[in-house]
Amino acid sequence: METLDVVLARHEFFRGLKPEYLAFIAGCARHSHATAGQYLFREGDEADRFFAVRKGTVALETFIPQRGAVTVQTVAEGDILGWSWLFPPYRWQFDARAREDVSLTVFDGACLRQKCETDPALGYELMKRLAHVVSERFESARIQLLDIYGAAARS
Amino acid sequence: MALPLAVDAAALLPRPFRVQRATRELADTWTLELVPRDGGGAIAFEPGQFNMLYAFGVGESAISISGDPQRPAVLVHTVRAVGAVTRALCGLRRDQTVGVRGPFGAGWPLELASGKDVLVMAGGIGLAPLRPAILDLLARRARFGRVTLLVGARTPDDLLYARQLERWRARFDLDVRVTVDSAGQDWRGEVGVVTKLTGAAQLDPRSATALVCGPEVMMRFAAQALLARGLPPEAIFVSLERNMRCAVGICGHCQFGPEFVCSDGPVFPYARVAALLQTREV
Repeated sequence: METLDVVLARHEFFRGLKPEYLAFIAGCARHSHATAGQYLFREGDEADRFFAVRKGTVALETFIPQRGAVTVQTVAEGDILGWSWLFPPYRWQFDARAREDVSLTVFDGACLRQKCETDPALGYELMKRLAHVVSERFESARIQLLDIYGAAARS
Repeated sequence: MALPLAVDAAALLPRPFRVQRATRELADTWTLELVPRDGGGAIAFEPGQFNMLYAFGVGESAISISGDPQRPAVLVHTVRAVGAVTRALCGLRRDQTVGVRGPFGAGWPLELASGKDVLVMAGGIGLAPLRPAILDLLARRARFGRVTLLVGARTPDDLLYARQLERWRARFDLDVRVTVDSAGQDWRGEVGVVTKLTGAAQLDPRSATALVCGPEVMMRFAAQALLARGLPPEAIFVSLERNMRCAVGICGHCQFGPEFVCSDGPVFPYARVAALLQTREV
């Protein structure tokens, strides 16, 4: 059976991370599965975890009165899920629902924060990677706000 | 820019076509199937070309051809109602008459893509001008490498040709990925921007060809994503939209810097128009 650090090394988010870092943060991680329809977390709940999606798709949703649950983004294999564990008040901003059977690596948020404090070089490396993901998603959100498909186009 | 010394008068004269069928695609979008009413021949066309459709008594509008280039007997146009002319065109019903001039312009460079991976990327109504290219690619499938179709829309209800997308998705020789900006829980596709899908597309960026069509702002972001993926700007093709009037490169209404979109385009290599797309008020 593969150890966690070996599995982590194959994940897009952790690719290229030093083996000693992988071994170090693997101490905060465990494998997990969710079945289709299961919620990984709910808006307002304590954000104490960080997810690396290994297989399947997860929908980030919010509930709109009169309209129901609306999916604002999907994340899939190779993506990470959640950064609310990084910043106070450590509360999830959205619901996360498995759209199919999903395999994940789940990190204990407090443990990971502690490791980053203990080893600032590791912390900086992880924050750079997280910042890259956050900036990509921020850019995507901006494009979505532009409503780019609504602009006039020759039909 | 190629200015024609003489224009064939026939190119300026609409031919009457009969609406054989009008199909509602979306709340504001209709597909018209047209056949000649004047006893003349069908209009053969290249994928990516457009016709000028004349709603009698209202006006004329440039509309991309959306049909199968292998089956030109029935002329197919998908029209979104965004102004007076397109609203009138969307209001046409069976057996009514529409004027047709064309085909005009430079189409998608499918011969250039022969032997290569092809990425087709559509945003919203932009799937309509790409549909003939997709049908042509599939008709001659063995001549191309991996073919990927990326489609983005506002919501699942705004997806054009939804049934055809389902059929295409069932094929083993075409990778179809569809994303929307937001959706309810019953949506099984992806949610996010279409540009993000480029990362998952199976292609060799050193030799792939990308065909992109959608609103101009979407094409700008799409081109940036494709460049980031490693495609050279000359391998990315975009279909531009400007105010086409004469459609034969003489009136200048569609002038875009040194280019006439109607006759030099509407399909351009991104390398040729990248700077213009970044220039405001062109």
